[in-house]
Amino acid sequence: MLEPGIEEKTFVLNLGPQHPSTHGVLRILLEMDGEYIAKADPVIGYGHRGHEHMAENRNYLQFLPNMGRVDYLHALAYNQCWCMAVEKLLGITVPERAEFIRVITNELNRITSHLLWFGAYLMDLGAFTPFLYCFDDREHILDLLDRVTGSRLTYCYYRFGGVPSDIDREFIDGCFAFIDRFRSRWKDYDNLVTKNVIFINRTKGVGIITPEMALKYGITGPNLRGSGIPYDIRKSEPYSAYPLFNFEIPIGENGDIFDRYVVRLAEMEQSLRIVEQALVKLPNGPIMAEKVPKRIKPPAGEVYQAVETARGEFGIYIVSQGEVKPYRVKLRVPSFATLSFFPEMAKDNLVADAVANLGSIDVVIPEIDR
Amino acid sequence: MIIPLLKGLATTLKACFSKPITLQYPEVKRPVAPRFRGHPELVINDDGDRRCVACTLCMVVCPSNAIRGIEAAEGENHEKYPVAFTIDLTRCIFCGFCQEACPKAAIKLNNLYELAQYDKSRLILDIDKATQEKSQLRMADWL
Ligand code: SF4
Ligand code: SF4
Repeated sequence: MLEPGIEEKTFVLNLGPQHPSTHGVLRILLEMDGEYIAKADPVIGYGHRGHEHMAENRNYLQFLPNMGRVDYLHALAYNQCWCMAVEKLLGITVPERAEFIRVITNELNRITSHLLWFGAYLMDLGAFTPFLYCFDDREHILDLLDRVTGSRLTYCYYRFGGVPSDIDREFIDGCFAFIDRFRSRWKDYDNLVTKNVIFINRTKGVGIITPEMALKYGITGPNLRGSGIPYDIRKSEPYSAYPLFNFEIPIGENGDIFDRYVVRLAEMEQSLRIVEQALVKLPNGPIMAEKVPKRIKPPAGEVYQAVETARGEFGIYIVSQGEVKPYRVKLRVPSFATLSFFPEMAKDNLVADAVANLGSIDVVIPEIDR
Repeated sequence: MIIPLLKGLATTLKACFSKPITLQYPEVKRPVAPRFRGHPELVINDDGDRRCVACTLCMVVCPSNAIRGIEAAEGENHEKYPVAFTIDLTRCIFCGFCQEACPKAAIKLNNLYELAQYDKSRLILDIDKATQEKSQLRMADWL
């Protein structure tokens, strides 16, 4: 409220593009009314690499490594989406063992993504210690994934029709060891963060996404589930081997930062459950479909395939004209929808809360720019 | 109010009495998995010849045009071998497709991961530098 006689004036504050809590090159123009944000305007495009256009200039296989670079934190889900979309076009069925391996590696990758969010987000809030714990745990998964996929971050592991190389005993034992170890860590995480009063006071009731708003903006993933809507592609449009496993979709109640945090933590536990079941049930058999043509040249047609990534629904739409290269590829990325909600979320809040809000929605900027 | 904070502190202090997990890089190097994809290099046989037959399949499959300039020559028994072969590591994305495409297992991704250079031209490997044992990026341990 302004006192009479004082002219109303706002000023513009520039957040980013190089700012530790924007998690990438995102610039936000904040129109400030004193300490409160009157308007937030995200400026995107600093990390634009033209993935969609690149797809039109290379063949189907050559575009596969790009998928690991759209969202580098959950690269395997993106790999899988592209493979599944092309398999759908070609009409290939993937052998069961390959599907299981895909699910196992994918869920491990989801945990790394959530762990990185967890650590980095708490760092945004000023807590340094949890970051070290998370990265310690994450390192164990990276070693496991390094063993099967051959890289630690920008994975390029799945192929059309299956996976190129099998998992071995050491990986399986390593996974079980990791699951035990990670479950024993929940207590530490609870003590450090979840029960920490400072954290609770900082996050409860802040940055609320109401279910109506979430639906209106097309927000998906943990951000949507934090608002209490149990929507998960793994359940609602089951793909790969997911229907064979028991797991739950954790949901929140209020849609505030704390709920989103709890949902992500619970999701890691669900991922562990899926990995555990998949390792126990792992069938024998081939890891590659038999009839995969050497030269990928799908018939003309259109296909849409969506997967659940750590950030929400990721979809690929391919238009094929029967050439070796796709005619058009459209990537539907979850972070874009989430970020478009950010201005509404930040409005009339403090700058400090804007940083907390931005971190809590877990956007990956290169994915938005793609 | 204070009890949860003390519990958190106790968790942190617990770490003081456990073995450190820090790796003293670069003195101690992290071992990588056998499948780790370092940079591509040309494999040589036991008798010291390159296995490559200059079929250019790796060049065709490479998504980022990192392999170029393959020139073939023909030996006495009509066997082909490369006389020029360039692997441009400034373009390579370490995807491993070349290794998968090669019919002779003549190109392989090694396990080197310290590839940073002061001089970019050192990353453009010609046929000699790209050959397994002559790779100049395999530096002697520099510490
Ligand atoms: S690893 Fe990939 S990018 Fe590098 S040379 Fe081989 S095919 Fe090309
Ligand atoms: S390295 Fe292999 S794929 Fe490449 S030209 Fe030589 S033989 Fe052919």
